[in-house]
Amino acid sequence: MNVPAAWYLVLAAVLFGIGSFGLLTRRSALIIFMCLELLLNAVNLTFVTFARTLRDIGGQAAVFFVMVVAAAEVTVGLGIVVTVFRRRSSTSVDELSEMKG
Amino acid sequence: MIGAAYAIPDILAFVVAALMIVAGAIGVLAVRNPVHAALSLILTLFGVAVAFVAQSADFLAVVQIIVYAGAIVVLFLFVIMFLGVDRTDPVRVEPLVGQRALAAVGVVVTIGGLVALLASSHWVTGAIAVSSAGHPTPVGASNVRAIGTAVFTTYLFAFEATAALLIIAVVGAVLLARRERHMDREGEA
Repeated sequence: MNVPAAWYLVLAAVLFGIGSFGLLTRRSALIIFMCLELLLNAVNLTFVTFARTLRDIGGQAAVFFVMVVAAAEVTVGLGIVVTVFRRRSSTSVDELSEMKG
Repeated sequence: MIGAAYAIPDILAFVVAALMIVAGAIGVLAVRNPVHAALSLILTLFGVAVAFVAQSADFLAVVQIIVYAGAIVVLFLFVIMFLGVDRTDPVRVEPLVGQRALAAVGVVVTIGGLVALLASSHWVTGAIAVSSAGHPTPVGASNVRAIGTAVFTTYLFAFEATAALLIIAVVGAVLLARRERHMDREGEA
């Protein structure tokens, strides 16, 4: 018999927690994007676990679409990072504060 | 007791995947060099691929390696090298007082809430009464066939929308990364 689904779900929750801690505390936009990938992977792991548990291939199809959207998001995000770096010579998100009221 | 209830290879696969995922994720947070963070991210992505294989999602495991480790992380590394930020340390000061402590509390609450949700609901125990056609998730070549059938029939509209999304993303990235001379002069003035 396979490992219970709850183990994988707890693992995904831990991965989500680690990723969100990095998202909240790090300053570099590049590291923040990497933490975003961690969050997406945690959700993907949950989708696959439920696809196995509920025996529904739709969970795996959802992971497929999440991967496509993640690729698009990283492409545009890194393009924005490059553009910001040209103006500011920094990838720190604290530098982008001129709209502060 | 655990060894008696579940097959040893399954437990081994889970432990290996969990170690790779957690070690890589902590590495992304802990290291100061962005290049090392990207390499730790690869470790996590391979761990997730191991978990996918262990849960009979063969096609997704391959796509995970090719798309994430092969394309996305390489894109990260390209940008890190291109910007030349691979040796600068991130700032260690805390501009917001207590940000780390608040973030830690929020994360603990999030994980605790998720685990409590798991413990209090019964679908995680493998109850397949609701959807239960009863067929196990197909593996191997039939896994590819099953996903292909789902994507090209049930989710066809979403699939076409992702095609449009990818085109828009590529055009947007090219537009963002293009350097125009007169715009640069404007920026310096």
